[in-house]
Amino acid sequence: MLEISNLTHTYGSGPSAHNALGGIDLTVAEGELVCIVGPSGCGKSTLLRSIAGLLRPTGGQVVLNGSPVEQTPDNLAVVFQDYSRSLFPWMSVADNVSLPLRRKGMDKKQRKEAALEALEQVGLEGAGAKYPWQLSGGMQQRVSIARALAYRPALLLMDEPFGSVDAQTREELEDLTLRVRGHHNMTIVLITHDIDESVYVGDRVVVLSKAPAGIVGDLRVDLPGPRDQITTREHPDFVHLRAEVGRLVRGMRSQPASASQ
Amino acid sequence: MNRVLRAAGRLWAVPVVLVVWELVTRAAEDLSFPPPTTIAASMYEMWLTGPAERLWLTEAALENIPASVGRLLAGWLLAGVIGIALGIAMGRLPLLFRFLDPLVQFARAIPPPMLLPFFMALFAIGPRMQINVIVFGIIWPVLINAGEGARLVDRQHLDTARVFGLSRGQRLFQIILPSAMPKIFAGLRVSLSLALILMVISELVGSTDGIGFQLLDAQRSYDLPGVWGTIVVLGVLGYVLNSAFLAAERRVLSWHRAAKQTT
Ligand SMILES: Nc1ncnc2c1ncn2[C@@H]1O[C@H](COP(=O)(O)OP(=O)(O)OP(=O)(O)O)[C@@H](O)[C@H]1O
Ligand SMILES: [Mg+2]
Repeated sequence: MLEISNLTHTYGSGPSAHNALGGIDLTVAEGELVCIVGPSGCGKSTLLRSIAGLLRPTGGQVVLNGSPVEQTPDNLAVVFQDYSRSLFPWMSVADNVSLPLRRKGMDKKQRKEAALEALEQVGLEGAGAKYPWQLSGGMQQRVSIARALAYRPALLLMDEPFGSVDAQTREELEDLTLRVRGHHNMTIVLITHDIDESVYVGDRVVVLSKAPAGIVGDLRVDLPGPRDQITTREHPDFVHLRAEVGRLVRGMRSQPASASQ
Repeated sequence: MNRVLRAAGRLWAVPVVLVVWELVTRAAEDLSFPPPTTIAASMYEMWLTGPAERLWLTEAALENIPASVGRLLAGWLLAGVIGIALGIAMGRLPLLFRFLDPLVQFARAIPPPMLLPFFMALFAIGPRMQINVIVFGIIWPVLINAGEGARLVDRQHLDTARVFGLSRGQRLFQIILPSAMPKIFAGLRVSLSLALILMVISELVGSTDGIGFQLLDAQRSYDLPGVWGTIVVLGVLGYVLNSAFLAAERRVLSWHRAAKQTT
């Protein structure tokens, strides 16, 4: 569904130019949940912004469902890194969630219902009439997840969505992500710098190198059963994969006898 | 009850000043500085000795105050609408900004009273000329603030609008305009007080009614308590307008204040 070929991006030009993406090739199949990990500042957000059509890469191509991404594609939603600047403070929570639904041809009542349903999914029933600034950080991030869910995108991009919430909320939101992907058959690309998170949430973990970012590892995650914050994290395969990803992120060579394929 | 007490707490200085003023002016016996009681009597005479069926308002009160306030509000609203529309267009369209900004900087550097002769020649004396003077004199704070507010919309808000495919109308009315609203209100507030000043000035030179005209009239007939009384009316008018504006701002920008306090 998503094919990225030889994607490069350079910010600026001349001596101050910064080469952020150094030729990325990546294919994501429909329904997959791919986690992209990489060290801070390596170019993860740049990659995501080029997939979303928010940035025109200086080289290479992003193809989504057969057509090259030039402007922001339909059927794509983003959960941004900084939740406090992604929701509109002058609108109620329900209005924030239902705002993008107008172009889906829904009337007012349908939009409202869809918004309330999405809020319920993320455990925020009854918060619709509140304003974003009346909610905690974790709740705000839930609202922006609800906004993305109500939109029913074919592809959901998440940029370090849980980076700035406390550990417990983070686990809850990870499980929420795993739950909702089961409901709608969404393809999800989740960017994170947290190695544990990438292995816990992903079907696949793609590791980026330091700038200019290139892919240094692509590991399939085969963990048994529904994932669970306690038992999955103590499973030997999890522990092994985590070490493997950690090594790759730190720029060490991968061990030959690994769980990767 | 609590609110009344708080208001009383805020206004305690008013009676003190009035009493001191009364005592000083009575002692000085200067004709140019009549005591407040004389001013009050003159105001009563001027505005409130009409027939009962018109709520005791005099002819002068019914003619001059609504005429002035009407022109002031008409000028302010017109300046607000034009200033917001043009300012937002300039804030979002860099080309338009580059083209118009020098003109705006030039036009706003002209002290508005200097324009009076020009506008008088253009429109002849009357409400049309006065409203034009007001609009031209007060539009700049709104225009410049609206432009800045529209230019500085959070990039993440705009990215969000793009990702979720918001229409042009939605982007303008649901994202850009609300983002710029705090700045727009700051501009509107400055414009409102400027509007009062320009209203009086335009009535002093080119009018046959209005509070400014009455001020001039009182001055010409050496009615000094009358002059003072008109000035007091202007002060009260300014205070009332500003209070009403602040109340409206509190309602419209409640999200802004609250969002600021929590982050
Ligand atoms: N608009 C820009 N102009 C110039 N350089 C930029 C711009 N945006 C990002 N960069 C640079 O590109 C590099 C990659 O940025 P990017 O935001 O993609 O990193 P990231 O992996 O998302 O980082 P983080 O983990 O901190 O979110 C950084 O070194 C950054 O300084
Ligand atoms: Mg980033």
